[in-house]
Amino acid sequence: MFLSNDITQNTEMLDRHVVQPADPQHPTILSTEDLHVYYGKKEAIAEGDLRFASNQITALIGPSGSGKSTFLRSLNRMNDRIATVTGRIMYRGVDINQPDIDVYEMRRRVGMVFQRPNPFAKSIYDNIAFALRLRGVTDKHALDEIVETSLKQAALWNQVKDDLNKSALALSGGQAQRLCIARAIAVKPDILLLDEPASALDPVSTSQLEDTLLELKQHYSIIIVTHNMQQAGRISEYTAFFNQGRVLEYDTTSHIFTNPQVQVTSDYVSGNFG
Amino acid sequence: MINPKTQNKIAIGTLYGVAGLVVLILMALLGYILISGLPQLSWHFLTAPAKAFLKGGGVGIQLYNSFYLLILAMLISFPIALGAAIYLYEYAKDNWVTTTIRTAIEILSSLPSVVVGLFGFLFFVVKLNLGFSILSGAFALTFFNLPLLTRSIEDSLRTIDTTQREGGLALGLSRWETVTRVILPAAVPSILTGVILSAGRVFGEAAALIYTAGQSAPALDFTDWNPFNISSPLNPMRPAETLAVHIWKINSEGIMPDAKAISSGSSAVLVLAILLFNFAARYLGKRLYKRLTSA
Ligand SMILES: Nc1ncnc2c1ncn2[C@@H]1O[C@H](COP(=O)(O)OP(=O)(O)O)[C@@H](O)[C@H]1O
Ligand SMILES: [Mg+2]
Repeated sequence: MFLSNDITQNTEMLDRHVVQPADPQHPTILSTEDLHVYYGKKEAIAEGDLRFASNQITALIGPSGSGKSTFLRSLNRMNDRIATVTGRIMYRGVDINQPDIDVYEMRRRVGMVFQRPNPFAKSIYDNIAFALRLRGVTDKHALDEIVETSLKQAALWNQVKDDLNKSALALSGGQAQRLCIARAIAVKPDILLLDEPASALDPVSTSQLEDTLLELKQHYSIIIVTHNMQQAGRISEYTAFFNQGRVLEYDTTSHIFTNPQVQVTSDYVSGNFG
Repeated sequence: MINPKTQNKIAIGTLYGVAGLVVLILMALLGYILISGLPQLSWHFLTAPAKAFLKGGGVGIQLYNSFYLLILAMLISFPIALGAAIYLYEYAKDNWVTTTIRTAIEILSSLPSVVVGLFGFLFFVVKLNLGFSILSGAFALTFFNLPLLTRSIEDSLRTIDTTQREGGLALGLSRWETVTRVILPAAVPSILTGVILSAGRVFGEAAALIYTAGQSAPALDFTDWNPFNISSPLNPMRPAETLAVHIWKINSEGIMPDAKAISSGSSAVLVLAILLFNFAARYLGKRLYKRLTSA
């Protein structure tokens, strides 16, 4: 199923080990080639070369400051104006890291959910509907329907269906984060990028969020940054381990956790540092 | 060496004392103005025109002029301040141009208003030949108000978390759409509060107006709303003494027999109006914020 060599525990561990997913059922939907990211002169990502499988969950793990967020934010050009990103980001055969790409359209295909829930100071309904209205969806029935399906997919519909006109700022943290997911999927993306989406949530909300992500991967390809190793283990098919701006190891999640090939990965997933 | 607990107590005691003193002085001032002024107030006083030599004049025209100037000044300065604040906070990069603009705003906001008034006199009244007029006054007030309002709106934008901007951009909105559809609506309560507070400042301003809007209040015909007629309340080219200027003028050269009473009454009106602005700012800001954040 993978290009991986036979897994024999090396006594001498490698310093880098990247096995790209190659599952014909889940073809690559997004890939980075020779990606470098600089904040001013400081290089935050040196050579990121990763392929992401469609309709799967890929986890990005690694110590704080290793460049996970920087990498993720480069994928939908959220680092424009903040950092310099060189290299290619291939999405459906197009390099979306080119200057002449329609960034606004691209970001609707590659949605993003942030670490801290950031619902807008609008009603629950408008949080989802207003971006659609701006893009010309004005039919009330169409909007109602999108709002409902998005909220259902984000597993929030039952809790808010009678309060759609209430302010989204009154939602609890977990609900607010679900609303942000609903908002992101309402514009019908292919890919969802999530940067530690559960780090501000309590354990119950976190576990609900994980269930939701497992549901969502039927419709979306998910890339999630997490500092929670159990979470990566529970929900992701693939895991990339970042350290000091480089991807040290990339493989199936089970390999990363049970049989890491790189000493640093091994230390990290067993909790010896990070 | 005193122990930390005593030290703490002394510090808190001192702070309370200072704060109490400030409040006391303020109350005494307000109390004095209101006690000596309120008895002068009557419908007649608030609506009748002023009299130069005789008893029994009112401040109707001055009061009207104050509001008219305030509205004009706000109509001119708010859009400019909003644009400047959006540019500075949402778009401008941190380079020398931005730094220069910020420094200019800083300096403008610390100019004594009498200097703004003299500049207004030389530039608007004399150079642009606008004469002592509402328009000259409104421009001078704009200069006076613009830096403070710009900074206040910028501060309002700053209170909106960057995650809100990223949220908008991540949905595929342009920066402009994000600012106008996400950030500004969220900042409205705070912007409104700032606008009303600055309105209070503008309303009480005298020095910037003495040589621009002038010190005379020609009679107005409140049935004539053609802005081109000289006695029309809407005419922006007529000289227009405001309430604050009136107080200054009566106290320096008032020759009517009841000058003292009129000055006290006018001061009370001015103070009440400014208090009203302040309370309105708090009330409206809070209410709007509630409406945005709860049901
Ligand atoms: N906006 C920024 N400007 C400058 N340096 C940044 C910025 N954001 C992140 N960095 C730096 O880039 C490196 C990677 O950070 P980040 O991507 O946030 O790591 P992670 O998400 O893995 O914790 C860190 O050294 C961090 O200090
Ligand atoms: Mg991060």
